[in-house]
Amino acid sequence: MVEKAVALSALLFVLGALGALTRRNLIVILMSIELMLNAVNLALVAFSRQWGDLAGHIFVLMVIVVAAAEVAVGLGIVIALFRNRESVNVDDVSLLKW
Amino acid sequence: MTDFLFYLFAALAVAGALGMLLNVRNTVAGALSLVGTMVSLGAIYVLLDAYLIGVLQILVYAGAIVVVFLFVVMLLNLRQDDFGADRLRWTKRLAVAFGVLVCVELLLVVPRALGPAAEIPADFGGYRMVGAALFTDWVLAFEVTSLLLLAAMVGAVILAKRSID
Repeated sequence: MVEKAVALSALLFVLGALGALTRRNLIVILMSIELMLNAVNLALVAFSRQWGDLAGHIFVLMVIVVAAAEVAVGLGIVIALFRNRESVNVDDVSLLKW
Repeated sequence: MTDFLFYLFAALAVAGALGMLLNVRNTVAGALSLVGTMVSLGAIYVLLDAYLIGVLQILVYAGAIVVVFLFVVMLLNLRQDDFGADRLRWTKRLAVAFGVLVCVELLLVVPRALGPAAEIPADFGGYRMVGAALFTDWVLAFEVTSLLLLAAMVGAVILAKRSID
């Protein structure tokens, strides 16, 4: 069960990373980051179960809190961006890009 | 039975993630399929004896975070024609190649590092044990969280304000 959960976690993490790398919609990129955080949470819970250590559960709680804060700030940035540029396409916001 | 439930919810989680990833037309549908992933992951947490985390996953992720996403998507009223043709197609192929590589690497390496499973007490992962750990060993992290949430709240309000004066 734990091995399978870790495998699922790896798969979900890669799917989230692909979403963050390939999609151009800023909101979808934020959702992909949420998916990656969820995959890490699954791995933490699985390791916690394997080794009988509750520290993993506490880490997951902290990750959930950070994810909530990240969404609040990230979507605030999206709204401010849309107000100024009329777009949430990341190709239109490439000022800091190399 | 447990294995069957695990495979069922794992398939639902992957399907939801793929739905979010591949649904280019409709961002609302993408967010809703992300809800499917979050709820399935909550069920998998319960199968892994993380009862409190499972409940919190459904409450916070499926209940709160995705709802905020839906609010913003509907507020901005996006259509697909707002997104023109992609400029960099080769980066997508590169990203898929690297993604497959990382996935295979993780699948090869991580299961070997697991070692034997530990014996866990009966109420492992319930609110009693997690709460005891959170408010004794990890109480500093818990308190620092309040600072993080305050900073995020102030930041979000400042960002969403029309003019700062």
